[in-house]
Amino acid sequence: MKRRQFLTFAGVGLGSMLIAPRIVFANVETDRRFVFIIQRGAADGLNTIVPYADSAYRALRGSLTIDNPIKLDGTFGLHPSLTGLRKLHRDKQALFVHAVASPYRERSHFDGQNVLESGGASPYERKDGWLNRLVGMLPKSRGEAIAFAPTIPLALRGRADVTSYAPSALPEAPDDLMMRVGKLYDADEQLHALWSSAMETRALGAVSAQRKDAANVGRTAAGFLSKADGPRVAMIETSGWDTHSGQQGRLANQLRALDALIDALRAGLGDVWRDTTVLVATEFGRTAAANGTGGTDHGTASAALLAGGAVNGGRVLADWPGLSTGALHQGRDLAPTLDLDALIAVTAAETFGLDPQETMRTLFAGGRSNVAISDIVHKQAG
Amino acid sequence: MARPSEVAVALNRFGLGARPEDEAPADPKSWLLAQFESYDANPAVFSGAPDSATLGDGYAETMLEAKGADADAKMAARKTARQEAQALYRDEVDMRARAALATSTPFVERLVHFWSNHFAISAEKPQLTLIAGAFEREAIRPHVLGRFEDMLLAAVRHPAMLLYLDQVRSIGPNSRFANRAAKRGGKRKPGINENLAREIMELHTLGVRSGYSQADVTEFALALTGFSTGRARERDQAGAFTFRPGLHEPGERTIMGKTYDQSGKRQALAVLGDLAAAEATATHIAAKLARHFIADEPPAAVVTRLAEAFRRSKGDLVAVYHALIDSPEAWQPAAAKFKTPWEWTISALRGLGRSDIGKPRLAPLLNQLGQPVWRPRSPAGYDDVAGSWAAPDALVRRVEAAQRLAAQSDDVDPRDLARKLFAGSLNELTVAEVDRAESRRTGIALLLVSPDFQRR
Repeated sequence: MKRRQFLTFAGVGLGSMLIAPRIVFANVETDRRFVFIIQRGAADGLNTIVPYADSAYRALRGSLTIDNPIKLDGTFGLHPSLTGLRKLHRDKQALFVHAVASPYRERSHFDGQNVLESGGASPYERKDGWLNRLVGMLPKSRGEAIAFAPTIPLALRGRADVTSYAPSALPEAPDDLMMRVGKLYDADEQLHALWSSAMETRALGAVSAQRKDAANVGRTAAGFLSKADGPRVAMIETSGWDTHSGQQGRLANQLRALDALIDALRAGLGDVWRDTTVLVATEFGRTAAANGTGGTDHGTASAALLAGGAVNGGRVLADWPGLSTGALHQGRDLAPTLDLDALIAVTAAETFGLDPQETMRTLFAGGRSNVAISDIVHKQAG
Repeated sequence: MARPSEVAVALNRFGLGARPEDEAPADPKSWLLAQFESYDANPAVFSGAPDSATLGDGYAETMLEAKGADADAKMAARKTARQEAQALYRDEVDMRARAALATSTPFVERLVHFWSNHFAISAEKPQLTLIAGAFEREAIRPHVLGRFEDMLLAAVRHPAMLLYLDQVRSIGPNSRFANRAAKRGGKRKPGINENLAREIMELHTLGVRSGYSQADVTEFALALTGFSTGRARERDQAGAFTFRPGLHEPGERTIMGKTYDQSGKRQALAVLGDLAAAEATATHIAAKLARHFIADEPPAAVVTRLAEAFRRSKGDLVAVYHALIDSPEAWQPAAAKFKTPWEWTISALRGLGRSDIGKPRLAPLLNQLGQPVWRPRSPAGYDDVAGSWAAPDALVRRVEAAQRLAAQSDDVDPRDLARKLFAGSLNELTVAEVDRAESRRTGIALLLVSPDFQRR
């Protein structure tokens, strides 16, 4: 089977692409819960929170156009895979933020993730992560933070103690990695033949394959976060967002898995959901126009998602720059008008009742103060 | 300055894979040759590892204790012994891997793995689970830079080999023991077991279809009778080579046209000496080494050259390695050898700068990758051709393992690593894809399963 056929097959919806996302926890004495979900690979914000009313959208996106978005307001609609988030939005427990970006303006995943997680203004400027520094701002923790991952992601590395845990079995490789390996083997006669055969077998077995699905991760995280003396801060890693080709099916699967993860988290947290803020963000966005291979390339601004009972939701927060040629960043990307660092700082500060300015200074080096961002999270009762 | 491709060949084809912290050798050939001087046959990693004698004593003690016990106690003792053997086996595998990660003489360490597989035993046989590691330490490591005959003798007389190939059951039909048994009117007449004799000729020395006959095998097996190990009740001898004159078939033997009239163990030793020095053995060993280092179908010229070095030096292995290093065919930049799971795993761990195994432990990981350590299915050892290892499912498992290893090492920048491990001679497509990966983990995993890294 050729790689393209594999993509088609994957696009039919067999299994999630979010295989074995990793969870990281911190223990803090507060009733509020804060969950940071990172989307590694630069998620396409334009097809997640769809600017369906922007006259340039359809022309830019062509076959990647989302024809049937779930309308949120007169400007934006939700990708149809996000049915759980749609309900949360209706219950005013989900907030979507658009045209948002970290201070990073280049297009390297490694460097972009480093800026997003470290909170530095440029790559490798800082060695520790903003989530760890946030833990340091909170009342003394009862126990060590825990990473349910082979190593602790950069965002949670630093002075505050964090341990890690990972199950010992070999995790199944995510589709994104499998696809990239396929590409690597394309020009190699021997490996290409073997790989094609392996993918054929995998596709046949995919329906019944025991894949660790995203909902399972959400349930696991909820199990820890819902305990009275459990961790208050968690990080979950997701991957597979780098959709250079075959984006339509892949992104639908990615979003379906993300939606399931958040839904499982909500269900598992029960009453604790009321005190929870979930923030989903990616290192940068994707090009406004579709490329020649049914995908999009590395861009700049993207969308961030917030969910949780603590979130002041039911709206889309955006200083919409538009998609006309002149409005695009460098003529190709959605232009950033909101600062992701500021969004994270304000969200964290409001979740835990911290001073937003001080939180901003502690967590981020490059963030600008951004008046457009406030009232993201409800004040804590009592 | 050496060409990048030669540095990469020295590190990856002759060595066990580059480590990020190592300096690239300025002169690849000298770097390989210098390893003969600094090789340590007993590196610190193995301090505290039990030798065969200790293991034999321990085993003997367990068996003696269980002797008078009832059936349940016996079963429990056996179960405990089995579990302890499994635990030791896993420790031994990790030790072997740690030695391969830490070594500063990776070419010689690779040769240890090569010879260990040449004189294959299998830990699958319950008695061998305990001493598989000791076999490699005692029979292979000390002789890897010595004479072939010495390694052959050490391997053949090691309890692991004697047990594995059933030599301990072999009894000369006219031996003192057999004659006594006949007088007592035993039902079964004791006889020889040809397993060890056949495998020595077919696998360890001459090579299959090299001119010996079934009669030669039988005669050799008769000459070998008496080669045995200490038994459980012989406390101080358990786990050591013993010659039992009472089991030895008396008389002279004729093997491949030559008559051996020595008595006792000297007879088989004389045969082994001749087998080690035989023309066919030189060619057989030369072909295996060339296959291991150059290509699944090695060029005939190299095999001839290595065999010549073997003959001229009377089986001095360092002379043969010299001839190998001097062969231009071994320095072709295009990697022709598909790594075995062991080679791939060790090179991946070395590439990531790991000094320890962590999780998952090596034994179960190698099991999943299809090449459990010291557990080949036959005395021929593991195959050394791509056909045995390059399979669809095997590739997927390597990708999964690579993902796990990468996740444990995501401090590493895959872009730097890609340059370092291949001394700048990496395929451009691999460089581009590693560069393009959506995260460091993915980048590292891609590097580890790239066509470049799958081969050496």
